[in-house]
Amino acid sequence: MLDLLEKKPVILLLLSALVIMIGTAVTMIAPFTWINDPSLKIAGVKPYTPLQLEGRDIYVREGCNNCHTQTVRPLVADVARYAPGSTDGYSKVGEFVYDQPHLWGSRRTGPDLARIGGKYPDAWHYKHMADPQSMVPKSNMPGYAFMRQPLDSSLTERKMKALGFPYTPAELEAVKGKTEMDALVAYLQKLGNDIPWRKAAAAAPLVGELKNPYTDNASALNEGKLLVSQNCAQCHGEELKGGIGPALTSLARPEGEIFSTIFKGRGGMPAFGDTLGREKVWKIVTYLGSRTGKK
Amino acid sequence: MSVKASYSDDATKGFLTWSIIWGLVAVLVGVLISFQLVFPQLNIPPYLSYGRLRPIHTNAAIFGWGIGSFMAMFYYITQRLTKCPIWSPGLARFQLWLFNLVIILAAVSLAMGYTQSKEYAELEWPIDILVVILWVIFALNIFMTIMKRKEEQMYVSLWYIIATLVGVAVLYLVNSAAIPVSLFKSYSAYAGANDANVQWWYGHNAVAMVLTTPPLAIFYYLLPKITGVPIYSHRMGIIAFWSLIFMYLWTGAHHLLWTPVPDWVQTLAMGFSILLIAPSWASVFNGYFSMNGQWHQMRDNYLVKFLVFGITFYGLQTLQGPSQAIRTFSAFIHYTDWVPGHVHMGALGWVSLVLFAGVYYLIPRIYETELYSVKLANAHFWLAVSGQLIYSISMWIAGIQQATMLNATNADGSLHYTFMESLAEMYPYWHMRAGGGVIYLVSLLIFIYNILKTVNSGSSGSQTVRATGAV
Repeated sequence: MLDLLEKKPVILLLLSALVIMIGTAVTMIAPFTWINDPSLKIAGVKPYTPLQLEGRDIYVREGCNNCHTQTVRPLVADVARYAPGSTDGYSKVGEFVYDQPHLWGSRRTGPDLARIGGKYPDAWHYKHMADPQSMVPKSNMPGYAFMRQPLDSSLTERKMKALGFPYTPAELEAVKGKTEMDALVAYLQKLGNDIPWRKAAAAAPLVGELKNPYTDNASALNEGKLLVSQNCAQCHGEELKGGIGPALTSLARPEGEIFSTIFKGRGGMPAFGDTLGREKVWKIVTYLGSRTGKK
Repeated sequence: MSVKASYSDDATKGFLTWSIIWGLVAVLVGVLISFQLVFPQLNIPPYLSYGRLRPIHTNAAIFGWGIGSFMAMFYYITQRLTKCPIWSPGLARFQLWLFNLVIILAAVSLAMGYTQSKEYAELEWPIDILVVILWVIFALNIFMTIMKRKEEQMYVSLWYIIATLVGVAVLYLVNSAAIPVSLFKSYSAYAGANDANVQWWYGHNAVAMVLTTPPLAIFYYLLPKITGVPIYSHRMGIIAFWSLIFMYLWTGAHHLLWTPVPDWVQTLAMGFSILLIAPSWASVFNGYFSMNGQWHQMRDNYLVKFLVFGITFYGLQTLQGPSQAIRTFSAFIHYTDWVPGHVHMGALGWVSLVLFAGVYYLIPRIYETELYSVKLANAHFWLAVSGQLIYSISMWIAGIQQATMLNATNADGSLHYTFMESLAEMYPYWHMRAGGGVIYLVSLLIFIYNILKTVNSGSSGSQTVRATGAV
């Protein structure tokens, strides 16, 4: 038998092909049935609008997937970092049914973006895309200021048709005159925003007593100052006089409320609770309180 | 018995030259992007930004340097093992033109941002079609030469060559299927988790059929030629071959552990990845046992060093790979710099060291001359190995540190470090990596200088080489 193989190249060729096809059939062809299971559909997940699709194509064109993944794994640290406030905010099959191609990536030189939609206001993205280091000083992301150029919308309708996505003439018209940056930000703001995880996370109440453990603790102030410059200054300004977010120089609110806003987020402001933890958030609250003059 | 055969080595010469040029491009771009990760201001958007350059780096390395030199060596080896001149030298010459056209189109189109975005399958659909034509021509030429062979028994290298021809064809065709929108834009034929699963079935088996079976074919040919002793066990070679090409195809989803791809697919991939240690190490042991009583050649014969280090890195790679395919370990190191460290041990250590040995072995023979300088070849060897080890080891440490930081939690369950805090700690390692890359680049320049000097001292006029039939 083996002897025959070594003397008959055609049989060797066919048998190699057959052997290769066994694993292929089981692990590449069969899974389509499992993945296409209708019960895995997620009702809220909608196809991309013309502007979002153009943004996604720019994401592909620039190779963003070389540094950013789009899959949150069901691991404690992944969920806490990328789907904060939730326990089941990890990625699921149904989220990706309109993704041709998938953009899961293989390396996180930058953070995962599967839940970036709605985390920051649009203005944050415009500023960050044009000059990442102005927002995140130690970032090694390239700047994409050139994306302020007009978007080429000549293929938009053909693209929508090729993917079979629904669209209205008004949506097509809305793409015209937009910049590439507009499209990209529209795409980023869609990511992870049409699945239920965020609403559930936001609705969950904060447990425990909201009492500042650092009241009158001077050593917490220095740490708080550092944390503010690392986490808050990007949007609220170096002097906290406002920017993308409002000024924080005269916060006349109870400490518990400030804590809750930072911990869980509010409006355009992202939640910091799961990345910073209670202690650091209280230190920030303490520092902000000291800035406003009187607690 | 001595059969006089007239082998045609034109195509081999052409493919060797161009694969080395593309290899240099791959390393140059690699060094550039390693510096871009440290100094983001080195990105010159839109054409020379990291996101567009990285696919150029991987494509130039895998397809330009890897496949290019495999084509050169497959043409050389197949003729010698079949004792039969190549089926169509004209077709081989045409294939060289087409090959270079494809690589140039790939580089230009990727810089322009035309990409399907799937790793190692980025090229847009018109170039994909050229790749298919290229592969059919190549496969036909090699296979027809084997059909016409004068040596009935097919040596193990020829099996690996045949498996490569089939495997690459199946993988590439399926994964690159796309819906064209225009000449420069298409969408994958598959969506979401399906697309990911097809992609990594392709991605990991490109490692099998492009970065494992071809260097093994070359290794099995070169080792006896260079050491003068036969392969230790033919039977072990047979078992390793069939189990390798059987098991590899089950393992793609180990790139997708903890993703929404069905759990059972992930579990199968994990199990088969562990099983793969056996056939991989069968080849390693076949190499080591063949060296029994011959280890002094590590000192005396510079080519043996390349081969033995090459197969050793293959052995390490095929232990590290399966360990990364285990769910718990993958949860820790996946998406960190550990993985580029792993990949570069395979690419720079295993594949490239064997290919260097092949080039050093072939060039003096097809140009009928002696190598210009063994000393320079030794310098090349030590610099290449040092550069690669600096790269891989610094990335492994970086990966472990980043994984540890990203997983660290406080007593209340919140995360201890932000993502940026972990990134900021990576800079020293990224500097080291870039340094390793520069050392590797220097080694490559020494190699190219040595080869150029050798070729210039050789016979330039003759189109074919008269070879004795001894295989």
